[in-house]
Amino acid sequence: MTSAARMAVFTMALAGLVVALLWAFGALAPVGDVAGAYGQLLNRVATNERNATDVVTAVNFDYRGFDTLGEEFILFASVAGVAMILRPSRRQRFTREQRDAVEHLPGRARYPTSNAVRLMALAMIGLDVVFGIDIVVHGQLTPGGGFQGGVILASAPLLAYLGGDVPTLRRIAPRPLVAMAEGIGAACFVVIGLVGLLAGAAFLENVVPLGPRPPGVLSSGTIALVSLATGLEVSAGFVLLLLTFVEESLQRTSKGEAGGSP
Amino acid sequence: MSGGDRVVLDGLRVLALALVAAAGPAVVLARDPLKQTIAVSFYGLLLALMFFVYEAPDVALSQIVVGAVALPLMVLLALVKIRRNQAAQALAAREARRAAGEAP
Repeated sequence: MTSAARMAVFTMALAGLVVALLWAFGALAPVGDVAGAYGQLLNRVATNERNATDVVTAVNFDYRGFDTLGEEFILFASVAGVAMILRPSRRQRFTREQRDAVEHLPGRARYPTSNAVRLMALAMIGLDVVFGIDIVVHGQLTPGGGFQGGVILASAPLLAYLGGDVPTLRRIAPRPLVAMAEGIGAACFVVIGLVGLLAGAAFLENVVPLGPRPPGVLSSGTIALVSLATGLEVSAGFVLLLLTFVEESLQRTSKGEAGGSP
Repeated sequence: MSGGDRVVLDGLRVLALALVAAAGPAVVLARDPLKQTIAVSFYGLLLALMFFVYEAPDVALSQIVVGAVALPLMVLLALVKIRRNQAAQALAAREARRAAGEAP
């Protein structure tokens, strides 16, 4: 196919796409106009029914908790998959000299981490941890929750890596501990669901006392608990992802080859 | 919400949409993967801003970390790995050629 013919086909397809999109946009509801009766209903009753002011979190962790359980295990399975695919490869082996020669990318100067970056990372780690915990424990009250707070918490080891080095990252986030935390977080979500069954209600039904009114950190029953479990699972999952990538990409020697290094 | 607030909010929404619309093609047009990674990180932040002005702060919060930090980081680390492997293979090939030249 010539270049001109390809362009003609592309232009026709583009024109078709534009027309179809404009047609679809024309039929969209105005911004902020919620068509579903379910959303309107939850907006009215959720705050009182679950003693939680963030209806989004109430939907995610309670009304549609089972969906979220599935989503959390999608993340769990993805992290497990990445950790499995990126396990240290034994097939490709280079001599020590070859590895030393490629330690630094060709054409790139050796710059140590600047003091500005180190100071910035150091100053931000504490803030990041506090902010992450704040977002996790206030999930039922304000925007945020286990997932959002979890990824914020997972940024703390990342900052340590940015301002420090790989050994620092490994020291503050040992792989076995992180992997265990991820499993415990995921399991806690299921256990909270099973508590509902044990209490004679449905799986993931909110059977825990809803706490003081007006709602605070301890209110909303299982929503706050699921938020904590999700926070643990998500933060550990993302840190595990980071550890796996860092080990695979940046470490020259895998565990099996490390015998010769001091 | 007063009329003035509504105008400000609508203005912010149009601005956020325009920025996202401009940043999307910019990611595609930056052909170098390294530049693309920086562009996609910036694009992630703009998406978060858009979610926020459209009253979805829960989504915006996750988008900030996932879109602007986690995703670009994974791509960056993968790029390091690829370049390092390429450099090591080139070196190994050069040494093999040199050894073959010396042998006969």
